[in-house]
Amino acid sequence: MERFHFAGLRELFARANEEKSGDQLAGIAARSEGERVAAKQALAEVTLGEIAAAPLIEPERDEVSRLLLERHDRMRFAGLSYKTVGEFREFLLDDATTGEVIGSLHQSILPEMAAAVTKLMSNRDLILAAAKIRNVTRCRNTLGGAGILATRLQPNHPADDVHGILLSALDGLLYGCGDAVIGVNPATESVEVAAAVLHALDRLITTCGIPTQACCLAHITTQLQALDRGAPVDLLFQSIAGTEAANQSFGISLGLLQEGRERVLASHAARDVRWVGANVMYFETGQGSALSAGAHHGVDQLTLEARAYGVAREFQPLLVNSVVGFIGPEYLADERQIIRAGLEDHFMGKLLGLPMGCDVCYTNHAAADQNSIDNLTFLLALAGCNYFMAVPCGDDVMLNYQTTSFHDALAARRLLNLKPAPEFARWLEEFGIFKAGEPVRLSPSSHHLILSRFTAALEQHTSASHG
Amino acid sequence: MADDLELTAPALVRKIRARTPARLFVGRSGAGYRTATQLELRAAHAAARDAVRMQFEPEEHLGRRLMQQFALFPAATAAATKNEYLLFPERGRVLDSASRQLVKQRCPMRPDLQVLIGDGLSVPAVAAQVPELLPLIVHEAGMQGWSVGQPFAIRHCRVGIMNEIGELLQPQVIILLIGERPGLSTAESLSAYMAYQPNRTHTDADRNLISNIHRRGVPPDVAAHRIIALAARLRKMGRSGSSVKEELPGEAALVG
Repeated sequence: MERFHFAGLRELFARANEEKSGDQLAGIAARSEGERVAAKQALAEVTLGEIAAAPLIEPERDEVSRLLLERHDRMRFAGLSYKTVGEFREFLLDDATTGEVIGSLHQSILPEMAAAVTKLMSNRDLILAAAKIRNVTRCRNTLGGAGILATRLQPNHPADDVHGILLSALDGLLYGCGDAVIGVNPATESVEVAAAVLHALDRLITTCGIPTQACCLAHITTQLQALDRGAPVDLLFQSIAGTEAANQSFGISLGLLQEGRERVLASHAARDVRWVGANVMYFETGQGSALSAGAHHGVDQLTLEARAYGVAREFQPLLVNSVVGFIGPEYLADERQIIRAGLEDHFMGKLLGLPMGCDVCYTNHAAADQNSIDNLTFLLALAGCNYFMAVPCGDDVMLNYQTTSFHDALAARRLLNLKPAPEFARWLEEFGIFKAGEPVRLSPSSHHLILSRFTAALEQHTSASHG
Repeated sequence: MADDLELTAPALVRKIRARTPARLFVGRSGAGYRTATQLELRAAHAAARDAVRMQFEPEEHLGRRLMQQFALFPAATAAATKNEYLLFPERGRVLDSASRQLVKQRCPMRPDLQVLIGDGLSVPAVAAQVPELLPLIVHEAGMQGWSVGQPFAIRHCRVGIMNEIGELLQPQVIILLIGERPGLSTAESLSAYMAYQPNRTHTDADRNLISNIHRRGVPPDVAAHRIIALAARLRKMGRSGSSVKEELPGEAALVG
């Protein structure tokens, strides 16, 4: 048999990955299937203690590495440190290892360990192990419980037209979507736009009494300026990555995230809202973002993604999702790579204690289509994914990519008997949108009743914005 | 469901529905789309995929007349195939050696304005917009009294090509007209990237962009006007990038 040599953990980690165009682009991928499996075999023999002792990115030059080491629960880790990565995989899959057991270990598992074990797991393994873990979070409702599948209603508009946004939101609500968040990506990065979007969504939520949270996914500094001007910020959003340099390219640091979180928490205390919890952050991530920013330090994209989750958990987010197919084919070339990465990201996030959702998506220059979305959506729903995106017909008319639709959410909930967040599910019934857990076929008169209640909210917005 | 809505929707809702390109109130068959919706989405995706995969043939896609009028010639980057282009972005940012020689021979040095045409991620965008846009840009540049370099068309082109051409020809301002990544609402949207004296150190932060150039977005005549006004601004300020903001006369305030 051919022999392979690996020059240290960083190289071993990269070679052990499933095939990804981004690792090939970085020049660190396995050069043959033989080398890939040899790397997996070698990695299976490495102990978790060895991984803890040899950070892939030196803490001296990266604040993310410092954070991960500072927060590592070494007391609990003592029981794991002699396990090899191969034994750790079997431990996670073992019948005796329940979700509660894994839940007690979140902080003793470093992101690099989550990445290592993921490299040894098949897609089936990733689904089986993730399905054990429920990470529950709360803001204006309760997300992530067993049997719950939530959705982020994403009513984007290419010109940030708030009427267009609210109407897209209405369409989604009629399908039972929007319990994770009603979250708008603005087309224009400005404080005025962010504030206008936040006020409009808040009026919708308040007027109709919807137990959910709103978010405008502008840059964190833009949202905080909007907050300063009195805009209601339920959730503070930011894209994050797994290295200090990549986060710098996003215009953020750990200190800024901490400051933002504290300011939003303080603003919540001053608002007349029935909060059910203090998870106020929303993060998005995606394999390849550090390489794209030239900030990967020769580390593979799967491991860097795990490190981004290490960043996320420091700030106790309500929502975290990988935007798995958005980055383009130079990082995830096709449906096969996108599906693999989606399952990896979800599992790693859950193992590290995060309320993982997924933006199951693709761009039109990747070799994927809506059938790819169908496939990954149902695989992740089986894996217990906390939430998906919900966009009219899966076509985001602002960001120009395709993701999951209102119909996809309905299909996944029906097939696997999953429910919206409990507070939201009750509201759907009270408002006449759902009956016995299913969207009602609206008669002209019931339809009229619901529409007129929404219209009242829309008109209130119209008069407010002109008044 | 869609029909019901038409019958019952209050006037305000109907009015707003005309204001978003999102496919709203399409109804459903169980938890699936209606067949018409399903096939319409497939058709839009097919147009987008074909736009990305289409091989750029300047003579065919820009038309012989435009080629002759501006003495356009084809050039190519180091990305030999479409797959290489999609998977290795760096190769789309440098000319192949034959094209570099050709550009050196055919293009005068140091013009005030150099226009480039690149396929990017949509050949139909280039085919639909450039034949109208290019003559307008050249005409308006002439009105400003600027010297305009020899434009040419680049296959498998990425935005970073501006850096190499900037060093090769040393123009004051480069305008790259390039096909955008197609979405499901249009596959014919073009972008104009602009930079002042670009060189190998330039990143997106040093460039300016006018995007969304197509019939239902920014129409070509408006785009030409904005491009020349922005080029004049770059020349006046002696720089480009995020610190130079486009001045839109009577810019439409936030709708709503």
